[in-house]
Amino acid sequence: MAIDINKIREDFPILKRKVNGNDFIYLDNAATSQKPNLVIDSISDYYRNYNSNIHRGVHTVSQEATDAYEKARIKIQKHFNVKNSHEIILTSGTTHSINLVANGFEKLLNEDDEIIISGLEHHSNIVPWQMMAEKNGAKINVIPINENGDLDMAVYDSILNNKTKLVFVNHVSNALGTVNPINEIIEKAHQVGAAVLVDGAQASAHFKTDLQKLNVDFYTTSAHKLCGPTGIGMLFGKEKWLKKMPPYQGGGEMISEVTFKKTTYADLPHKFEAGTPNISGAIAFGVALDYLNTIGFDHIDHYENSLLKYATEKLKSISGLKIYGEAKEKTSVISFNVEGIHAYDIGTLLDKFGIAVRTGQHCAQPIMDHFGISGTVRVSFSFYNTKEEIDKLYKSLKQVLSMLS
Amino acid sequence: MKIKEIQDEIVQEFSLFDNWMEKYEYMIELGKSIELIDLKNKIDSNLIKGCQSKLWLFAELEKGKIIYSADSEAIITKGIAAILIRVFSNQTPLEILNSDLNYIDEIGLKEHLSPTRANGLVSMVKQIKYYALAYSRK
Repeated sequence: MAIDINKIREDFPILKRKVNGNDFIYLDNAATSQKPNLVIDSISDYYRNYNSNIHRGVHTVSQEATDAYEKARIKIQKHFNVKNSHEIILTSGTTHSINLVANGFEKLLNEDDEIIISGLEHHSNIVPWQMMAEKNGAKINVIPINENGDLDMAVYDSILNNKTKLVFVNHVSNALGTVNPINEIIEKAHQVGAAVLVDGAQASAHFKTDLQKLNVDFYTTSAHKLCGPTGIGMLFGKEKWLKKMPPYQGGGEMISEVTFKKTTYADLPHKFEAGTPNISGAIAFGVALDYLNTIGFDHIDHYENSLLKYATEKLKSISGLKIYGEAKEKTSVISFNVEGIHAYDIGTLLDKFGIAVRTGQHCAQPIMDHFGISGTVRVSFSFYNTKEEIDKLYKSLKQVLSMLS
Repeated sequence: MKIKEIQDEIVQEFSLFDNWMEKYEYMIELGKSIELIDLKNKIDSNLIKGCQSKLWLFAELEKGKIIYSADSEAIITKGIAAILIRVFSNQTPLEILNSDLNYIDEIGLKEHLSPTRANGLVSMVKQIKYYALAYSRK
């Protein structure tokens, strides 16, 4: 069964709206995805029918809310094929997850230790480690990127050593869409006893990842990238690591016993879930995973690849247009510039045609510095986009360029 | 000409356009015609913060009036900068300080000068006024 694009588009109410008098063409999916009715309705349903604080409640509605929240955790566990549900920590999203791990490793590492981060990282993947290193003195090494925008694996081999305790890399680069060789990175890191954290925010929307098979130590994603709401995400951590790490934030839910002398922390996963969580968000996250799995990630991957190929060919036929990052394995993201024209001008005028794209550094200044550019135009596709929309992008872009040159 | 009169003149010019495309084509033209900032002033300390494209602004006092000059990597940003300079340049610091920008609603540039827009033009207006404040005290 292939994707029934017309039926899918019916699921997303926002796709019917107009922008500046034109049909809305949303090509900023790498920033956030649009939400299907099922997800939107699940949030409304929660607040209308069973809103209550979870855990500890003896009353019926609290129990219903708790069940729904914990059911969402199980859905996430199954989706990523995680061994134990308590290895799934519900966070506010990827940035929160990374800070949680960085805080844990702040206590576990000292100035004799090293960590490695990739040169393809998003800002949010760099800053928490710099903050950690300021406190514990650990050294940060970086895997640079080569001409094509791929990680330079030879350098990785040379900086990985017995002092390396942690390696951080994103599964897919948000600026270029490059899929990183994380299997190899994880295997080599484990040979020297280092743990690996993979940021799956860009990957999760495009393909399904089996975390047991990947044998990764930590993996994180944000629900809003995969048709879920903002403000909710997950951190997977292997039990042995989550047990070793101290709690991140203090508050309700994360304690087992409190006296003024000492507090005993709750078991996993609650040790890392202080305070009242984003209950409706978690439930909607689960619904979003159900929705995507019903369509099927094989179909999504196949369809998005065909969009990527089609759009790449079309855009390449425009003279002066240069695409950044053409890795063999990449998700449906195209980052480009047109000679002599600033990305901001292109983005501003495309918006007038109702086409939403992203311009700028895509929170990845080190990558832009590498290419010696101040930014790009980035178009990113999802399974609800169509070839007709790409045709409109092409036509509008040609018009925009003739206005600007 | 007074700031208010220049603004009215710009509103009049923009009212001739039927659609957004003509408006933007005109702005792009303005961007190309802007009197560029002198190279010696096109330095990092004259960059306006909060802009996706680099935007430089410089001001000097000549016979009691402020002369602004600017440049940007992006042509639309440059076009809007050109309009702002046309409004404010060659006026006294006090006139600049006491002026407002009501006309931007009328010519459809409001979206570019909204505080949440990541193009630095709001910061440019602020910087224009800072220069006026600084020179008014000299």
